[in-house]
Amino acid sequence: MTKEPEIRDEYVADYEAFSRNGGSGVPQWFEDLRRAAISQFSATGFPTTRDERWRFTNVARLKDTKFALANGERPTLSLGEVKQHVLGAGADQCLVFLNGRYSKELSSIGGIPQGVLAGSLRDVANSGSKRVERHLAKYAKTSDSPFTALSTAFMSDGAFVYVPQNTIIGEPIQLLFLTASAGRPVVAHPRNLIVVDRNAAASVVESHIGLVDGTYWTNAVTEAVVQENARLHLYRVQREGGEASHTATTQSHQRRDSSFALTTIELGSALSRHDINAVLAGQGAECSLYGLTQIQGRQHVDHHTTIEHARPHCNSWEFFNGIYDDDSRGVFTGRIVVHPGAQQTDSKQTNNNLLLSKGARADSQPQLEIYADDVKCTHGATLGPIDEKALFYLQTRGIEAEAARNLLTYGFGVEILNRIEIAELRDQLDQLVHVRLDEGAERRRAGK
Amino acid sequence: MLEIKNLHAAVDGVAILKGIDLTINAGEVHAIMGPNGSGKSTLAQVLAGHPAYEVTEGSVTYEGRDLLGLEPEERACAGVFLAFQYPVEIHGITNAYFLRAAINAKRKCQDLEELDPIDFMEMLEEKLDVIGWTDSLMERPVNHGFSGGEKKRNEILQMAVLEPKLAVLDETDSGLDIDALKAVADAVNKLRSPDNASLVVTHYQRLLNFIVPDFVHVLARGRIAKSGGKELALELESKGYDWIKEPAGV
Repeated sequence: MTKEPEIRDEYVADYEAFSRNGGSGVPQWFEDLRRAAISQFSATGFPTTRDERWRFTNVARLKDTKFALANGERPTLSLGEVKQHVLGAGADQCLVFLNGRYSKELSSIGGIPQGVLAGSLRDVANSGSKRVERHLAKYAKTSDSPFTALSTAFMSDGAFVYVPQNTIIGEPIQLLFLTASAGRPVVAHPRNLIVVDRNAAASVVESHIGLVDGTYWTNAVTEAVVQENARLHLYRVQREGGEASHTATTQSHQRRDSSFALTTIELGSALSRHDINAVLAGQGAECSLYGLTQIQGRQHVDHHTTIEHARPHCNSWEFFNGIYDDDSRGVFTGRIVVHPGAQQTDSKQTNNNLLLSKGARADSQPQLEIYADDVKCTHGATLGPIDEKALFYLQTRGIEAEAARNLLTYGFGVEILNRIEIAELRDQLDQLVHVRLDEGAERRRAGK
Repeated sequence: MLEIKNLHAAVDGVAILKGIDLTINAGEVHAIMGPNGSGKSTLAQVLAGHPAYEVTEGSVTYEGRDLLGLEPEERACAGVFLAFQYPVEIHGITNAYFLRAAINAKRKCQDLEELDPIDFMEMLEEKLDVIGWTDSLMERPVNHGFSGGEKKRNEILQMAVLEPKLAVLDETDSGLDIDALKAVADAVNKLRSPDNASLVVTHYQRLLNFIVPDFVHVLARGRIAKSGGKELALELESKGYDWIKEPAGV
């Protein structure tokens, strides 16, 4: 087992090598961001469970293994292998990233409307785009999370999406992050920036899919800027491999009268930690966060959400459901900060956790910090096994016990899946949820 | 159709039913009345197979089969239906999805093909016509956010769809205003036929003005204290339960 300060130094050394080599050739401002970030990481190192924000999530599996930068890996993948993960709607506006790097060959961007920019962050930054410079790393703070610091230090590629003002994109833009065979534990730091300009509307699907069973790590950061009166629905699907770790920050920043919705589905990886930070920085902005976790075995998923009501008359809804089987564990933190002067805030938070086995565990903690006096903030959480009363109710309607159990569990899932407005994505996830339910029922029947 | 003999049942080790005898034939409507705590709801739950109630003595024969040996879902497939006093709320699952799952479970044990969503909706609309309802509450999660009246109506709708042979209505009238009560009773009456039977459990005589029973039984301290025709209900209404002191004829 490597000692923590030593592994921290190794990442700093990796950074030095990276900035001279694979990461070189970027504009000075980009390099400056990275350098500041590695100093930040070097000062704090990995989080420990002594840190309140990391109380329920131990990142030992990240500290105990040295992950090499995935940038150097060049696995090959056929278009056919990629295709099954691409949604039919918007298939021609799909950016594919392999082990963190944009793949022009595997991407299909012919359908991207004129004026809309969707491409490799690296290419756009290198082309001298002021838009990237104006927004990149301006919202996700390196001081908030050591993983954001690492992401910023190793920023190299990811997606840049810019939707110009008054532009409505009907079909979703897809960002597909695939991890394929790597001979050793590798880490990718995909970095995304989405800017939806005034009066524009778009939806983006960000999927992280593991095509390997081995140990690897994805450390993703997405910054979403939703300008005045603009709308963005971001979907996020985490289906990493069974031995993978996934750390991520989704940081949104909203201007006046804008609307941002995030629907995040967590199914994969051994360890997943997703920080969601939503800042309502303009009057009349609305933010909805929906989350579904369905895990089993020894999987661990931690959602750490912060909604900041910085201005008056903003609404936020938060609705997270978790389904935990076997010895899996879920964590939900719902922090809501209402700043002084953010009057007429209306905020509602719900977190329901279903424990399907004795070994499963969930922790739920609302954290309300309210510094204004004319606000409405409600929160509620439930935690427990299948409701026996409901189970009996279904049985009296002729539904066999295991099927009834699955139907009730499915109800937890579908409450969130119903928020997905892309039918094909909803159906696909619906199917994945059902497969897991059937597997669970099979295990229980075999265990009896 | 149903023959209950010397039925004793307990919950958490406390005896509630202490020797019930009751025979119900096809085409009959029986009412079970009685004060709170007399065991009315326990009887309903035992018939449906609630796992918390332990049958300590006696037998229940339903169409020649040992009802108590069947799982709750097997009883449902055999045609036993319980309209719940407190219908359960179910997250996420719409009424339509739930009802289709229930009807298909029943069709499965009848060796019939499953109904697809389109066939199901057709069948549902027929049933809604029969009971005279248009508002079907179909796209809302089961009982979630329903008013008391809507929950009870929803029970009756399920009954209409599942077409039970033996329907047990557990205080379906409690908490209903007179219009909702009439609507529920009306629906139950329309579903009456010579082939099926109902056991109506109620605390109040009021419901029996609308669902007219063939027999009325008064439950007291876990036994049937008195049985009679529909006029017994009226007698109870005017005199209350106090005059029935001891189980009769035992």
